[in-house]
Amino acid sequence: MSTSAPLVSSKQNIVIVNTGCANISSVKFAVERLGVKVDVSDDVQVIQKADKVFLPGVGSANAAMASIEVKQLKSCIQSLTQPVLGICLGMQLMVERSEESLVDSTPCLGMIPGEVKRMQVGDLRLPHMGWNTVNPVEQKTLFKGIDAGSYFYFVHSFAVAVGEYTLAQTDYGMPFSAALHKDNFFGVQFHPERSSDAGAALLKNFIEL
Amino acid sequence: MLARRIIPCLDVRDGLVVKGVKFRNHETIGEIVPLAELYAQQGADELVFYDITASSDQRVVDKSWVTRIAQVIDIPFCVAGGIKSVEDAGRILEMGADKISINSPALANPSLIRELHDTFGQQCVVVGIDSYFNEETGKYQVHQYTGDESRTQITRWQTADWVKEVQQHGAGEVVLNCMNQDGVRQGYDITQLAAIRENCAVPLIASGGAGEKVHFKDVFEQADVDGALAASVFHKGIIPIPDLKAYLREQQVAIRD
Repeated sequence: MSTSAPLVSSKQNIVIVNTGCANISSVKFAVERLGVKVDVSDDVQVIQKADKVFLPGVGSANAAMASIEVKQLKSCIQSLTQPVLGICLGMQLMVERSEESLVDSTPCLGMIPGEVKRMQVGDLRLPHMGWNTVNPVEQKTLFKGIDAGSYFYFVHSFAVAVGEYTLAQTDYGMPFSAALHKDNFFGVQFHPERSSDAGAALLKNFIEL
Repeated sequence: MLARRIIPCLDVRDGLVVKGVKFRNHETIGEIVPLAELYAQQGADELVFYDITASSDQRVVDKSWVTRIAQVIDIPFCVAGGIKSVEDAGRILEMGADKISINSPALANPSLIRELHDTFGQQCVVVGIDSYFNEETGKYQVHQYTGDESRTQITRWQTADWVKEVQQHGAGEVVLNCMNQDGVRQGYDITQLAAIRENCAVPLIASGGAGEKVHFKDVFEQADVDGALAASVFHKGIIPIPDLKAYLREQQVAIRD
C-alpha cells in the first residue's frame, strides 16, 4: 500500500508491450509507483533493447493473439532473452495454446509448455474474482521475501494446470498455476499491479532480477 | 482460499464524494483521491466509484479523476455511472479502472452487456441492479435512473429475472443494491440476497444496509455473497475497516490479511 523506496536499479530500461489490451495503464502506474520509469511500446526494436519486458493482457486469448499478429510482434516476443513477465492473460499467452477460442483452440506464443483450459470449479463462481492465497514452489526470483499464503488479486476463468513449470500454486475448486517460469519467461495469473504490498514486492523482485 | 471482499463505495458527484440516505439528500463527504488512498491503506479489498449524476443528466461527465485514482491505488477499482457504450467503457478502462459497472443503460439496452463482454472480457463487466421490495405486491422490482429522484422509474423486471438475464448476456459480476435498506444501516437484505445467490453463478456483491460489523458476518455466512459493499459506515468512521476485518477473521470468515 505505501509507496516503496526507489529502486537501486532505477536506470533500467523497462518496456511494457502494447498488446492493445486495456490494463496497460494500471501496470504502468504500478511500476512508476516503484520509482522506475517505464515505456509502453509496440516497436520491435524498443522491446528488444529493454532490460525487462512486461507482457500485460486482459480480455480474450483469441483477441489478444490477433492483436499481437496484427502488430507483427509474435516472433519478437518469442525470441526475447531478457526477463519477461506476463500478467494475467499475458501469462496465458506464454504457453502453447488456449481453450479460450472462437474455434477449437487459440495457438499462443509457446515459450512455456502448457495449455490454458477453462477452470472446473464445481459449485464455485466463475470468474474466479478476488483475493486468493498464493503458495510459491520456492521463495526465490519473483517470490523472494514473499510469504507463502500471501494474498494476490485474481480475475480469470481460464487457467494453466499445475506442472513442471509452475512457480506458484493457488486453489480455487482445483489447484492451478498462479505463476509459471521457464528460462527468462515468467508469468503470473494474478494482477500484481492490483495486489497491494505483495504485488509491489513481486514487481520489485522482477525488476531486480 | 478466496477471501470475501470488503468494498467501500464512493458516490461521486461533480468530482466530490457524496452520500445520501435512501438515494436522496446528498451531502458532501470529501475529495476522491485522498479518500480512495485512505481506504486502500486501511485494507479495503476493492473500491467502487459511482458517478451518481451521470446516468440521469444526459451530459458528458469529467472522468479525469479515474486516472488520478489509478496512479495512486494498488487495489482493484470499478467505475460506475454514465457508461452507455463500448466507447465510454473503453475510455474508463484505458484510464486505469479494472472494471466498469453499468445499470440503467443495461436496462435500456441489454445487448450492451454482451458488447462489453465481447470487447473487454467478462471479467470487467459488472452489472449494478437497484432492487426495491414492494410491500404491497410482495415482489422485488428493478428500478432505473435512481441517481435522480425525479427520473427514477420502476422497470418491467422483477429482480430475480433480471439477474438471470444479465448473466445470459455475459455479466461477470452482479452488485445488488437493496434500495429499501440503503443508508439506513439496519443490515443487508439477507432474504433477498440469499434468494438471488441461488441463481447467480457469477460473483455477487451485497449493497445497502450495513450498519454494524455483525451485518457483514451475517451477509457472508447467510447469503454467501462474494463481497459486501458499504458507504456511510466507512465514510462516517462508524466501522473502521481494520476493526471490521479483524472481527470477521475472529468469526472465521475468510478475509485478506
